[in-house]
Amino acid sequence: MCLAIPGKILSSEELGLARTGRVQFGGIVREVRLDFVPEAQTGDYVMVHVGFAISKVDEAEAKRTYQLLAEMGALEGELPPEEASELGNS
Amino acid sequence: MKYLDEYRDARIARALAAEIAREVRGNWVLMEICGGQTHTIMRYGLDELLPRNIELVHGPGCPVCVTPLETIDKAIELAARRDVILVSYGDMLRVPGSQTDLFTVKAQGGAVRVVYSPAEALKVARQNPECKVVFLAIGFETTAPANAMAVWQARREKVGNFSVLVSHVLVPPAIRALMTSPDCRVNGFIAPGHVCTVMGYEEYESLARDFRVPIVVGGFEPVDLLEAVLMLVRQLETRDAHVENQYVRSVNYRGNLPAQRVVQEVFELADQKWRGIGPIPNSGLRVREEYGDYDASRIFGLETIAAEEPAECISAKVLQGLKKPTDCPAFGMRCTPQNPLGAPMVSSEGACAAYYNYRRTAIGSR
Repeated sequence: MCLAIPGKILSSEELGLARTGRVQFGGIVREVRLDFVPEAQTGDYVMVHVGFAISKVDEAEAKRTYQLLAEMGALEGELPPEEASELGNS
Repeated sequence: MKYLDEYRDARIARALAAEIAREVRGNWVLMEICGGQTHTIMRYGLDELLPRNIELVHGPGCPVCVTPLETIDKAIELAARRDVILVSYGDMLRVPGSQTDLFTVKAQGGAVRVVYSPAEALKVARQNPECKVVFLAIGFETTAPANAMAVWQARREKVGNFSVLVSHVLVPPAIRALMTSPDCRVNGFIAPGHVCTVMGYEEYESLARDFRVPIVVGGFEPVDLLEAVLMLVRQLETRDAHVENQYVRSVNYRGNLPAQRVVQEVFELADQKWRGIGPIPNSGLRVREEYGDYDASRIFGLETIAAEEPAECISAKVLQGLKKPTDCPAFGMRCTPQNPLGAPMVSSEGACAAYYNYRRTAIGSR
């Protein structure tokens, strides 16, 4: 239940008391409440839980830490970076 | 998908596991609090990727699992009334009450609707003004803002036929309760990333200090969890014990303030009973008196009748990380996701369901 999925805001609007947006998750688009992320704008990624965005993804932090991890993987692995595979079957 | 796929990169995961193996010296028991993290661990076999001297035990972070039996019974009682539509998250339907479950009540003609969001529950109320619509509002801190928002909005929009039957639990008091138990073997915690997305992680600092236990706020993908384990191992090997944040792309120190505000507006701290664990002081939320017209327990005058768990179910020990699901003699035999004895076999976050779905022959606790 505490799952939250990252999605990209395609558009947003004020509907009465609520702020909602159309948010894209891979191939599907859902209406999501944006009340808790007033700073998030079209093009931003948000983490969505039970139909409400609970955070705007910090792209700079994500990039910085991911690069550190990717370097670690590149040093460790025998595969060149572009052949990175996905774990498991998902 | 961006922000998912890169954190499932097998090469990075293996590099992290190799680094953990290089750095670890002692034998450490680590607990991930959140059931979503448990499922990632089992699904990707992360426990098998780790060196043998790291044991992962699974925490109580499954809201469906810890919702008291008495609350399920109340929901079942309401669902059977002709003037009520009971609205619930789907996971709750097969959770056993003391006599039956919501799924059976629905099959027998009870008005039970499943929604994905509290916003949809409010919509059901607007569309059915002749009925009393009760939303079974359960969850941890992650879900509390959405549930609170539905109540707040119902009052602002004067939706008089909407109410919530609440079972809200909080993580830090549960960690405190686990750590003060004489049976506790946990050396380090992976704190739940989405709870901390809402609440921040300031309140975990006193836990790390009081119990000299390292806590790392972790995400939900394999790479996130392995990095969190590495961060815990580094602290443990240097006898350090503080709070660190692995899940920086979603979590900041203070959390989500607008979300916290609506929770404080609608709910207040309360003692809470946890299914399988028992009562923990100030570990839950209840509806404030100002919002009493939206509190199903008050409106319907529901009485709490103490109910007993099936004697064979060991979920109490599973939820505290003292036993593994496969230690249970009923596991996979008399207890399956289709016919569960206890809630951890039902929920998509329950440890028993994770073991059953991904690796039913897994070894028990060492």
